[in-house]
Amino acid sequence: MSAVPVTLRRTVELEIDGEAVRAREGETILGACRRSGLDIPTLCFGETLTPVNACRVCMVEVEGSRVLVPSCARKVEDGMKVKTASERVRHARKMVLEFLGSSVDLSTTPRADEWMAEYDARPERYGPPAPPAAEGERDRAQAGHHHAGDGQTAATVAQPVKVDNELYVRDYAKCILCYKCVEGCGTDWQNTFAIAVAGRGFETRIATEYAVPLPGSACVYCGNCIAVCPTGALMFKSEHDRRAEGTWDESQQTQTDTICPYCGVGCNLTLHVQDNTIVKVTSPLDHDVTSGNLCVKGRFGFQHVQSRAPKGV
Amino acid sequence: MFGAGGGTSSYREVEETDMIILWGSNARETHPIFFHHVLKAIHNGARLFVVDPRRTVSAQWADGWLGLDVGTDIALANSVAREIIHAGLHNREFIERATTGFAEYAASVEDWTLERGEAETGVPAAMIRELALTYARADRAILCWTLGITEHHNAADNVFALINLSLLCGHVGRYGSGLNPLRGQNNVQGGGDMGAIPNKLPGFQDIERDAEARERFRQAWGVEIEPKYGWHLTQMFAAMERGDLTAAYVIGENPAQSEADAKHTHELLEGLDCLVVQDIFMTRTAQMADVVLPATASWCEAEGTVTNSERRVQRVRKALEPPEGARDDIEIICDIARRMGHDWNYASVEEVWDELRSLSPIHAGMSYARLDELGGIPWPCTSEDDPGAQFLHARLWENPISGPPAPFFVVEHELPVDRLTDEFPIRLTTGRRLDSYNTGVQSGGYTSPLRRSESLDLSPEDCEQLGVEEGERVQISSRRGTVVAPVRVDPTLRPGLAFMTLHFPDDVQTNVLTIDATDPKSGTAEFKASAIRVEKLPLPQTDAAPGRVALPAR
Repeated sequence: MSAVPVTLRRTVELEIDGEAVRAREGETILGACRRSGLDIPTLCFGETLTPVNACRVCMVEVEGSRVLVPSCARKVEDGMKVKTASERVRHARKMVLEFLGSSVDLSTTPRADEWMAEYDARPERYGPPAPPAAEGERDRAQAGHHHAGDGQTAATVAQPVKVDNELYVRDYAKCILCYKCVEGCGTDWQNTFAIAVAGRGFETRIATEYAVPLPGSACVYCGNCIAVCPTGALMFKSEHDRRAEGTWDESQQTQTDTICPYCGVGCNLTLHVQDNTIVKVTSPLDHDVTSGNLCVKGRFGFQHVQSRAPKGV
Repeated sequence: MFGAGGGTSSYREVEETDMIILWGSNARETHPIFFHHVLKAIHNGARLFVVDPRRTVSAQWADGWLGLDVGTDIALANSVAREIIHAGLHNREFIERATTGFAEYAASVEDWTLERGEAETGVPAAMIRELALTYARADRAILCWTLGITEHHNAADNVFALINLSLLCGHVGRYGSGLNPLRGQNNVQGGGDMGAIPNKLPGFQDIERDAEARERFRQAWGVEIEPKYGWHLTQMFAAMERGDLTAAYVIGENPAQSEADAKHTHELLEGLDCLVVQDIFMTRTAQMADVVLPATASWCEAEGTVTNSERRVQRVRKALEPPEGARDDIEIICDIARRMGHDWNYASVEEVWDELRSLSPIHAGMSYARLDELGGIPWPCTSEDDPGAQFLHARLWENPISGPPAPFFVVEHELPVDRLTDEFPIRLTTGRRLDSYNTGVQSGGYTSPLRRSESLDLSPEDCEQLGVEEGERVQISSRRGTVVAPVRVDPTLRPGLAFMTLHFPDDVQTNVLTIDATDPKSGTAEFKASAIRVEKLPLPQTDAAPGRVALPAR
């Protein structure tokens, strides 16, 4: 009666790149690959999020399947034969990376350059970027109103950065539409539903209701969207400003795990410190109190230890 | 509960339970990441009931909201109990095997019919019934509470009323069934763990009753431990009033602003012979002190541990160099001990912790290495191969049980001390907002787009009756004092109920209004229930700055 319930899982045997691999029932191909030491690139996969199969970078070949399958979502099966580096797989990744690289600013996406080189992706061959959209232009786009490009330049999602509050910025020129922020804000974690996917086709974007500025939206500034953003489109304003000033230097930063100073839930904080100043706060994805999530106090409420001059009272 | 002060269940169990009751808790705003676990449960099909005078954002997620009148929790709990007993849904086998006092308890709730419950609490009988039947029929159920239960003059009785319900249905001591007070501060649980409560040594070992524990501490510390309970905060203030307590050493607390009946508190602190304050800020209390000891911020400028609401001890670590002159709390305390002739020397914070482990059996297995490796360990953890207890009181489900049975407590409904009258007809309750915290010492430091200044939140009906509009400044008086604040129209409030926070004491000192009536058992003040009068200001006040504390009406 008082025992802790245990879920028993079967072991599944499959073949990955010709090697026999044992995996747990219910595990994804990506999970099995990573445990086998295979490095599959992915952007939209999040350890703590429901897979949405949006970015198409992690595609692999499964014998008997007509199309490539997203390894982040497809579960392992007994006898499955998986190829992670076949010509077909490499070609698909190259194309996806080129499309993303030609239309989106990947300058703050970790490992983007490495993957471009690895798959010989050359986004520049689609031509120089078309001029960026004016402020608000993409927000107003209606479904079906997209105009074909001129063939000389690469269409992009470039637009001005949205800075409408003191805590974080939204730079949708860097957005690959992976949906992770929408999931983090929605049913996966925060359940605030301040943002959603709006528009269709190339005009698709992440938006608040009626594209209102964040302070007019349902946003509660937990920053759990920033925590899962894979490209730096969503960023602490402190990081954004330091990058703009040229004073953001990750090589000079330390990361220290501690516990939030506010309520008694005991959320784990990782303090990113540069020059004895907290420049960013994250939470470990693999700690089961937070699963990487925080509230506005935990994520942003650290300034009280940085007011080094005597506090005016 | 049943001897050890801590929540019985883990957050993981919250996700996997069948029913959650948040009683006097607005966790969505005040414990947001705990509420993530509740949301997981809701998505897994669990039912949520929220008992709160306000229809809070937590209540908006609930299957059922029980909007009781402030301070009628025992009436509601007893009505729920009677309904369960009359429906024959109480867990007879569990009650027989693991509890005492059921007959007296059942007799004591017999008068609490649904009709009487509705009349006394304002909650429709059908809702009381639905909560009762859902709780009793659930395979697993977790009952959580916060300050809505404990900031009352009868706080301990309120808690007993909830414990009774869990015993009635056997909803404690099993995976996914338990009782969980959500702690309001990051180490309020740890303070209790470490013996910063008047009746316990570290590890909840009773100072008066546990001779063996006293002997262990005597041997370790070389001093006799007197078998005598100390004072809790409220008793300390009472002792100041009598003149029995003339010196205070305040560490990391701002009583000048956080205590109820602020004027009175201020006078008592002023009257001390000596006030020493150790803090990271020059708080209002520190400004009154004879000596101020600047300390490091414990969560980011020092090493140590804290304990959370699931009893999990976790490490805090130093990430920043403290400002010049600020010193670690342990260093300061050891220095003071040395000046008093005791040679307290520790090579590291870990050494202090290891001493604690040698004296507190429930922490014995928690080495720093294991805390690091496991991401924290819940107590009790008695040896280095003990993973810690995910939930407490499994012993109640052994047959026969080990240890003493859990007692039912007969508790009687009693209205808040500050009575509603024609002169003070509105019930003021207090609480937190999502982006702010207590007296704002910490949360005031960052810019929040959500922040708005203090307001008197009133129901649309009361606003209409008073003829006041959103943003209009009104005078708010209780039997203790008067403040001025702008009105905010809040449709989540029922007529007769008002809400304020304690977040902006420099602008509006809400605690001028609150009552320091306290629970004799726990020492908690009745912050949740003041009687107030709201008056439209006929003329713009010219002699007092807006929002400032007006002169006391004597």
